[in-house]
Amino acid sequence: MAPPRTPDAATTFLWQIGVATALKLLLIPSYHSTDLEVHRNWLAITGSLPLSDWYSPSSPGSNPSPWTLDYPPFFAYFQLLLSSAASAVDPIITHLHLGIDYKSSSVIFFQRCSVILADSLLFAGAYLVSRRMSGPARWTLWMLIVWSPMLIIVDHVHYQYNGFLLGWLLLSLWCLGEGRDLAGGILFAVLLCFKHLFAVAAPVYFVYLLRRCFVGKGGFMRGLGRLTVLGAAVVAVFASAFGPFVYYGKMNEVISRMFPFGRGLCHAYWAPNFWVFYILLDKFLSSVLRRLGFEISLPAASFTGGLVGDSSPFAVLPRITPLTTFIMVLLALSPCLIKAWSNPRPKLVARWIAYAYTCGFLFGWHVHEKAALHFVIPLAVVAVQSLEDAKHFFWLSIVSCYSLFPLLYQAQEYPIKVLLLLLSTILMFLGFSALFDTNKASEASKASALGKGGQSKKSKGDCAKKRGFAFGWTGRAYLLGIIIVELWGQFFHPYIFSNELPFVPLMMVSVYCAVGIAYSWLWQLRSILAFS
Amino acid sequence: MGRKKEDTGAKDVDLGGGSGPGDGDDVWRWLTHGGIRPALTCVAVFAILVRAAVALHSYSGAGTPPKYGDFEAQRHWMEITVNLPPGEWYRNSSRNDLSYWGLDYPPLTAYQSYVHGLVLKFLDPSSVALFSSRGYETYLGKLLMRWTVLSSDVLVFFPAAFWFLSAYWVRGGRSRCEMAWHMAMVLFNPGLILIDHGHFQYNCISLGLTVGAVASILSQKDLIACVLFSLALNHKQMSAYFAPAFFCHLLGKSLQRNNPILEVLKLGIVVIGTFSIVWWPYLYSSDAILQVLSRLAPFERGIYEDYVANFWCATSILIKWKRLFTTPMLKVFSLTSTLSACLPSMIMQIYSPSSQGFLYALFNSSLSFYLFSFQVHEKSILLPLLPASLLAVDEPSLYKWFAYYALLSMFPLLLRDGLVLAYAALSGLFFLLHQTRWERRGARLAKSMTLYWISTKFSLCCGIGLHLVYLTVPPPEKYPFLFEALIMIFCFSHFVLLVAYAHKQQWALLKSSKSLKDSEKKSL
Repeated sequence: MAPPRTPDAATTFLWQIGVATALKLLLIPSYHSTDLEVHRNWLAITGSLPLSDWYSPSSPGSNPSPWTLDYPPFFAYFQLLLSSAASAVDPIITHLHLGIDYKSSSVIFFQRCSVILADSLLFAGAYLVSRRMSGPARWTLWMLIVWSPMLIIVDHVHYQYNGFLLGWLLLSLWCLGEGRDLAGGILFAVLLCFKHLFAVAAPVYFVYLLRRCFVGKGGFMRGLGRLTVLGAAVVAVFASAFGPFVYYGKMNEVISRMFPFGRGLCHAYWAPNFWVFYILLDKFLSSVLRRLGFEISLPAASFTGGLVGDSSPFAVLPRITPLTTFIMVLLALSPCLIKAWSNPRPKLVARWIAYAYTCGFLFGWHVHEKAALHFVIPLAVVAVQSLEDAKHFFWLSIVSCYSLFPLLYQAQEYPIKVLLLLLSTILMFLGFSALFDTNKASEASKASALGKGGQSKKSKGDCAKKRGFAFGWTGRAYLLGIIIVELWGQFFHPYIFSNELPFVPLMMVSVYCAVGIAYSWLWQLRSILAFS
Repeated sequence: MGRKKEDTGAKDVDLGGGSGPGDGDDVWRWLTHGGIRPALTCVAVFAILVRAAVALHSYSGAGTPPKYGDFEAQRHWMEITVNLPPGEWYRNSSRNDLSYWGLDYPPLTAYQSYVHGLVLKFLDPSSVALFSSRGYETYLGKLLMRWTVLSSDVLVFFPAAFWFLSAYWVRGGRSRCEMAWHMAMVLFNPGLILIDHGHFQYNCISLGLTVGAVASILSQKDLIACVLFSLALNHKQMSAYFAPAFFCHLLGKSLQRNNPILEVLKLGIVVIGTFSIVWWPYLYSSDAILQVLSRLAPFERGIYEDYVANFWCATSILIKWKRLFTTPMLKVFSLTSTLSACLPSMIMQIYSPSSQGFLYALFNSSLSFYLFSFQVHEKSILLPLLPASLLAVDEPSLYKWFAYYALLSMFPLLLRDGLVLAYAALSGLFFLLHQTRWERRGARLAKSMTLYWISTKFSLCCGIGLHLVYLTVPPPEKYPFLFEALIMIFCFSHFVLLVAYAHKQQWALLKSSKSLKDSEKKSL
């Protein structure tokens, strides 16, 4: 293994960040979703209203915008920090009334730049988490994170702060990987106070940290001491986040903003998860039963209409409640929890956490397709560890990036999203083949140093061929299928059906990607069970 | 080739030292570990992505009736060519008002507008409807226009760049990293991206054809070079800035062959043939040809316009050229000064034509034209910037500095277009990509003189200062164009230094090749 060249490595990392930042700056005038206005209103709320009113429901007088704050308090504090800078740039940005739907270039420039700057936390996380890796592995990991097309699409075009939030997660993974459980736990608690959707991994954290408290040096009492410290620290983090709201007696408002269970099982565009199959099965069964002569009343709010409601639109299959999804996520998580309990190894924790987010994505309630980032980025850390993981990641990240395509539905961004995916595919391919072909080459040279003779050489060649970064025909066919789905949705469907059945292309994307992500879930489950 | 030889030697050693991809802190080594093809694809895809991102930004004359800007000009040409017969394209008529962005480029541009116009007509007919489409700036219309540039770039400039690289790198077995870097330097030419995908023009076509012609000269296909360069000339008459270099190089090569007259004749016939095909619709009468020609040479617009960083504009502060002399006299002045400025490099190419010398000659002749010829536009700096990018491996510093001053000279124009953000991001991107070569040039950098170091740093800071001043400080009322004039003089002085340096380098090639031959003779 090459000796670590720290200053050099840091420079190249900064160089990569610089190049990516230039691209992000170029993307500033691109399309942005209403999330930009949502975040702008949060700047206005935190900047203009007293803390006690941050989570109050929107009212024409004090808080006229419908986009109420629905992230936990740390994110609100972060917005408060930004809003002081924003009002220095342009006071209208943080104005509760005048700022509504403010479209001047100052607000777009300011908010886009704040995302670009906030990404530095992601880079810090990526840098630290790769500290003990070999040269090529670090290089590849950085590239996977800095050039993640999903992050660029979601954060720098669509508009959100996922890079910043995932930075906290990576920092937490770094601490856990180093064996610093206390810091890892605190960082995860901080992350939860930024965005509570990350709580899906909380069971893994809980079981892992609980077990880790008792496997270290010292007896039961030392473990109990560690647990107390950890618990106190986590409570302190939550207290610093929610304390002020408890003090003002506004906790019920905070809770009702943060958990809007009034929303339906699926988003308007179905995230590619398990419920896609469930809905399809329901449709299939109802049509079959109707053909057989049964009386099936069609539900009022059909999924294909794109409506979001809390009523259950299933004709045949039982209704799904948030509790059902919660139990299913926990069930899916349980093998991983058992593993984490029986053998809490720091090396495997990133894998478990990524798996937890995959379960949450696949079985969760009202999952948004953007949540795929929550497992793709931690999996990048896993991907550089072995060839099999690299193959899985390569495949999964293409599928989940493709599942984000409907987010950027306008024609202007079409070449950008396609080229981003293409570029990252090439980069991933180059990175992984550099990483694993060298390993292969060094193994081969070792082997040739040990044994000589034509026969061993030949078998070694075969072996090398199998070990290189390449795919079998199923993997390739599936990836090529993406092109067919896309071509169908973009060209053939509008050409053949013109304006009829407009939901079919989107449905195809989510069904096709759901197959891939469900496979990835099984694959991750198998790999977690295989480690002993 | 004393110094260059040393260089290649050093690179070979470098390559032998640690070519393993595991040693991958160097981005180019990492990129090329699996062969050159994936690396070049990666660079090209990134280049397209950056172009698509720049296309999100504003363009020349966005939302400024009644005249708008270059975007409207190009769209208007599509409107004219799609709706009128070729005979009317260059003629003022009730259907074609030449005072509103009349076509003033040669026929190939008109054909290109026609083809693009057909595409637009198919997808969005109202965007090219006669008269009613003036100032058409809908979402779809703008997008389709942007995509015509993007597709032209990918279909013309990119293949030409690939061809050039393969022709250029066939000569020496230097490292793959250098080749990938070279590719990035040619494709991430910041000026070209900003003008084509930001400001809105189709320079990628004429420059792509020129690169194709250069590539075919490097691979000894002179006749194809003649065809391609004639096409480039017929797309934008400004390509004539390169004409002396092509002419002298091909003439010099022909003179070295057994039958020079026949060779020249062949080339001449090919050129005339290409021209006559392109000009076919206008060949029926001399009147029609003159009509087109009068559109191409707008002498009535004066020797210079705005604040272009060339000799006439820079010296006009001291000598009021436009007031003192008549236009015909100025024409003679500019012709003689332009020709004398590129004469040394022309003579060198006739006397001893070489591929390397040819690239320098392209740079020298185009920069001489920019500095001394009649009616030069700021955007014409793209022409010398192209050979500078082709020379990037031999003259990395020349390219870097030239790109820097070229960008600065276009800064007022791009600011007017609302492209400051794209300007800043692209310059940053370009210099970051350029930077990656430093590691391998460490030895040469250490040798560099402190005086050189101080002076370059000084002008770098001056340039950055000028950018900031121009952006933030309002000019004094008495001199509203003070900062434009400062930028112009600053850039002009550096262009003069760079053209002198490039001439020196070109003639140094001659000396080194001579001494090489002498030493070969002696050793024999």
